[in-house]
Amino acid sequence: MVATATGAPTEARVWELLEEVTDPEVPVLSILDLGIVRSVSVAGPQVTVTITPTYSGCPAMNTIATDIRLRLLAGGITQLTVHNQLSPAWTTDWMSAAGRAKLTAYGIAPPVDGTATGHVLNLFGKATAVACPLCGSAHTQLVNQFGSTACKALYQCQDCREPFDYFKCH
Amino acid sequence: MDHPADLQPAPAAIAHAPTVRQQLFEFVLQLADTSLVLGHRLSEWCGHGPVLEQDLAMANIALDLLGETRSLYQYAAVLEGQGRTEDDLAYLRPATAYRNPLLVEQPNGDFAHTVVRQFLFDNYHYHLLLALKDSPDAPLAGIAEKSVKEAAYHLKWSSEWLIRLGDGTAESRQRLDKALATLWRYAAELTTPTATEAALQDLGLVPDYGALAPAMQAHAAHVLAEATVPTPQFAPFAQRGGKGGQHSEHLGYLLAELQYMQRAYPGLTW
Repeated sequence: MVATATGAPTEARVWELLEEVTDPEVPVLSILDLGIVRSVSVAGPQVTVTITPTYSGCPAMNTIATDIRLRLLAGGITQLTVHNQLSPAWTTDWMSAAGRAKLTAYGIAPPVDGTATGHVLNLFGKATAVACPLCGSAHTQLVNQFGSTACKALYQCQDCREPFDYFKCH
Repeated sequence: MDHPADLQPAPAAIAHAPTVRQQLFEFVLQLADTSLVLGHRLSEWCGHGPVLEQDLAMANIALDLLGETRSLYQYAAVLEGQGRTEDDLAYLRPATAYRNPLLVEQPNGDFAHTVVRQFLFDNYHYHLLLALKDSPDAPLAGIAEKSVKEAAYHLKWSSEWLIRLGDGTAESRQRLDKALATLWRYAAELTTPTATEAALQDLGLVPDYGALAPAMQAHAAHVLAEATVPTPQFAPFAQRGGKGGQHSEHLGYLLAELQYMQRAYPGLTW
């Protein structure tokens, strides 16, 4: 099911397999939704997948690399290298529209574009307005810029009172 | 640290002459040691923060710093080219071989102490990375480009807390004043170049610290004014030596804990 007639994997097939690898911390998102796969190259039987971390210290990166290896191995690809590339630095702009919809359905508010860092002197500035992923209210409040994982901030809805994660624009 | 076998840094061509390569190795190692030691200090707060949200914040900042540390040690290992790994560099070097400035090894003290230490570091770290991301050395620029986005959050956090403590209650102000009086003298070492840093600055690989000073001072002045705190003067007995391997007694205890497993069980893996 995997190989071409010559036994070599195709690039398209590698992308298909990668769509089935999910973020271990946000399992509704594939790593393609997340936008962390930078490139795939195929040279004969040798496949190289280059990924980029969301945050430098993201503890999921090694797990993701292992999951990629296992998924591709199950797909018949045995010669694989996974590279970690830092530049250009990952941004939430690379998250797919499908990924954003999946996040909301999962109860995590997706990133609000155009609110990335770079304005550090804006101390005590107005927090990004984020809609509650549960009731849709815009009446929400930032509780903590640092949340349960490096990529999330903690908000609370002032209408339904539920706390929720916000995937920070980065 | 995780076993690195499944995930490798993207290959990079190193074109520097041997002398420059050695100097760059020492500089990258110094940055890595600095982030590791401060990240470890912050992680000591985990489970002990004054409130849950700030416990989470400090653990998050620690994690960012450890992530940056790994990238830096991995690159240092490539520059050195002696077969040492990121784990060897972190776990198997004695305190005298560590090159972090003294500020980051200072104990946590109370929350005000940790905030002041973090503010002094973040103000330097953020502005350094902002300039370093334009370094002609591509791997170093890549690490800086990645980490500066995170350092921006750190600086915002420590700046806002310094203001809250300074312009807060009599108790918070008294603690902040004490922390500033204790730690301000350690700030100068951050931007005082060693011979290695000066050589790399001459080559344009590392930003000129003098050029970073105006933005750093402007930000510090703004934050201190908001905190209603007068700007402390640099103490004439500014503390330095860590970047040359002369450390306070605190680093040895920190490394004893950090390196314990690898020292007791060499080569241990998860």
